[in-house]
Amino acid sequence: MSGDLLDNLFIFMLAGFIGFEVIKRVSPLLHTPLMSLTNALDAIAVVGAIVLAGEHKTNMAAILGTIAVVAATSNIVGGFLITDRMLKMFKSSRGAKS
Amino acid sequence: MTESFAVPQIVIEVIYLIASALFILSLRWMSSPTTARHGVLAGEVGMLLAIGGTLLHHGIIDYKWIAIALVLGTIIGIPLGKVAMTAVPQRTAVSHAFGALCVTLVGTAEYYLRAPDISPFMMAVIGMEVILGSLTFTGSLMAAGKLQEILPQRPLTYRGQNFVNLSLLAVAIGLAIYLVMHPGATHVFPFIVGIPLLFGISMVIPIGGADMPTVISLLNAYAGLSAAAMGFVLNSKLLIIAGALDGSSGFILSVIMSKAMNRSFTNVIFGAFGQVQAAAGGAEEAKQVRSATAEEAAAILSAANKVVIVPGYGMAVAQAQHKVRELFDALTKRGVDVKFAIHPVAGRMPGHMNVLLAEADIPYDRLLDMDEINGDFPQTDVALIIGANDVTNPAARTDASSPIFGMPILDVDKSRTVMVIKRGMSPGFAGIDNPLYYLEKTLMLFGDAKGFVGNIVRELGGGQG
Repeated sequence: MSGDLLDNLFIFMLAGFIGFEVIKRVSPLLHTPLMSLTNALDAIAVVGAIVLAGEHKTNMAAILGTIAVVAATSNIVGGFLITDRMLKMFKSSRGAKS
Repeated sequence: MTESFAVPQIVIEVIYLIASALFILSLRWMSSPTTARHGVLAGEVGMLLAIGGTLLHHGIIDYKWIAIALVLGTIIGIPLGKVAMTAVPQRTAVSHAFGALCVTLVGTAEYYLRAPDISPFMMAVIGMEVILGSLTFTGSLMAAGKLQEILPQRPLTYRGQNFVNLSLLAVAIGLAIYLVMHPGATHVFPFIVGIPLLFGISMVIPIGGADMPTVISLLNAYAGLSAAAMGFVLNSKLLIIAGALDGSSGFILSVIMSKAMNRSFTNVIFGAFGQVQAAAGGAEEAKQVRSATAEEAAAILSAANKVVIVPGYGMAVAQAQHKVRELFDALTKRGVDVKFAIHPVAGRMPGHMNVLLAEADIPYDRLLDMDEINGDFPQTDVALIIGANDVTNPAARTDASSPIFGMPILDVDKSRTVMVIKRGMSPGFAGIDNPLYYLEKTLMLFGDAKGFVGNIVRELGGGQG
């Protein structure tokens, strides 16, 4: 257990730094789509919810898990949809002229 | 964990590994509008892989509810992906709430599945997960309500508010610490969900509409952190990575927003914003302003070489962005160089103004952020301000007694002529008088943003010399 914990802390630390470096480079132009995209990615929490709903260890866990799957899935679907819709609108004047 | 049937655990883990890499690439590609859509695709592929891999998980015995939940989530998600661009901030707040709800529910279920056999560290992360999750849930719903204007946008304050808020948080953390020591105390657990739910509400109540970009970013950071905590609970490296990426994104945006509003980072962390309001208004009202008609404004604009348009949220409220696009076209056709100056807090969330202008088909290379454009103002013939106020207020540079002193602003007063489209002389969001309006070079264009810009466009189209 403590081995896992330490591994996970390392991963958290590294991912935090990667996130910082990568997101620093995102143009302020795209901060809104960035937020909706990270929101969709964050909904990867759905994996935990799916296991809870599917393992059906107790009724309560299954019910909470199922609601959690609904919430996360709506973020995945809605988040990717709106991000792509927004990004489609960003056009360059150079591109438009050619 | 036992390894059984066809799919060994290692395969699922490798799928998660690939998904993690795709998530990082996805954000990497967001750095430029030319590659950003690849980023969405990478994210989608990663997500599908991860969900597919999870469905292969050997412990799953019942797919019926999973299938129903996935379908239901999709049905809710599609309309949330199709909202109008002006409604994106509240949509984002709602999705923070959903994300936090998911995390809180999973944390709660995991606690009751495992109690009382929970190590102190595990209990600490479960505590963090549900506290952050539940305060983000209600906080985000409150923020969405304010943005949607279901709830009053004015900050609601009462005496001892900070004390009440901090006490709520302290009690929740105290109970979480108690649970770390006594993980079997299942009757205590509901309180570390319930009290942060209250805290989330009371935290956002005192925050005004102008501070929403900061609040949304901060809630984003909390949502990410709670998801990362959930990753620790489930020992899911993929979730830790996704949560850390989301959390750092939220924090970076919070810092950018707080700098743009001249608030300190600690001020942001503790949610103590919205306090700067209500300074002394205009004491002497006798100051002179010069106003102009649409015809005069059109003549000045068409004689200019360089024009910078400064849009604020007022432009979006008036739904004027498509008229602004027509103005952009008319001026560009006459050989005028037109750019847009975007202050970081223009709009209701980070980057919102860019999305609104991109929707109106204004090319993104014409949209410049504050640092890029400020050096251009001295060479600018006309700065045209539409629905922005405080972000152009030179008092932020010069008047140490001003509540917004020190806030970085767009230096529109350095351009040769300033034109301000405004309904009347009422002060801006923060209730602060703007000395810009009384400058010799400033022309006030009184009227509704959409109507006035439309009139200017008509004058330009009329072909007066």
